[in-house]
Amino acid sequence: MKVNFRHPRLPEQLVLDARDMALVSLIQHGLTLSTSPYAELGRQLEMTEDEVISRISNLIDAKVIKRFGVVVRHHELGYRANAMVVWNIPDDRVSELGPCMGQFDYVTLCYRRPRRLPAWPYNLFTMIHGQDRHDVLHNIQGLAAHCGLDELAFEVLFSTRRFKQRGAIYHKSAGKE
Amino acid sequence: MDELDRRIINLLQAGLPVVDEPYAAVAEQLGIEEDELLSRLQLLLDNKMLSRFGPMYDAQKMGGAFSLVAMKVPAPRFDEVAELVNSYPEVAHNYQRDHNFNLWFVIATETQQQIGEVNAEIEQRSGLQVYNFPKLAEYYVGLQLPV
Repeated sequence: MKVNFRHPRLPEQLVLDARDMALVSLIQHGLTLSTSPYAELGRQLEMTEDEVISRISNLIDAKVIKRFGVVVRHHELGYRANAMVVWNIPDDRVSELGPCMGQFDYVTLCYRRPRRLPAWPYNLFTMIHGQDRHDVLHNIQGLAAHCGLDELAFEVLFSTRRFKQRGAIYHKSAGKE
Repeated sequence: MDELDRRIINLLQAGLPVVDEPYAAVAEQLGIEEDELLSRLQLLLDNKMLSRFGPMYDAQKMGGAFSLVAMKVPAPRFDEVAELVNSYPEVAHNYQRDHNFNLWFVIATETQQQIGEVNAEIEQRSGLQVYNFPKLAEYYVGLQLPV
């Protein structure tokens, strides 16, 4: 179980210059598997390896880049089932129950989103993983019991097909001022 | 996939070091040679165990925008509408889910305004209502799973 809660914070807008944006645009396609991948990026951008490393480090420090590493395919790695589980939480309890759910390893996302009444009464969205559907349902029960959600309405939306899974694409034009 | 592959994935999900020879640094931590790490990573990518090697951005911090969007698509029209949605380069993920809200996708654009524009266009071209679910608060994001 994770120990640190993450609290929502308002994003501070960060001004990236043209060289940052050129770098951001290039690295979204991934790093090469070679001894000096940052030097290779530098060659394509006419930057030194040191400049690439320092700019990427700054982007990580500023949390523009949340994480820099491998992106797994859950399904192929044995997490064969995942469900988006949506909860109807009283507005005054969302900020208490959201972090409670986020504690569990098998919860990978926990966001508050607007209700769309009358069709959609749910305001807390979680992504819950498991080895199979039974395991996912078992995890949801564990979550509900631990966080005291038993009385609250929820629905489990299993995914049946995946059409696209990629990182967001950014274009150099985003950095124009 | 063997035990070493699992250790590699778990270590690299946390992040690749930003130093001049990052794979060599990771290999040392794992007690293997850099060549072995690189060839195993290539195999994991080829076998589609890993989808990408690189950054996860916070679009909002870059002045970009993200939103989760859902549609209720009548079964006979499902494939056609899914194809329409997938044709947009702004659509990053798209899933079919077993619910009357059966199509769920994430839109990533440079501005908040463009989210509305893409949604309006999909609504107009499909003739179906688009439900926009922007993030209001984030309590946890941890796209890492132990393997």
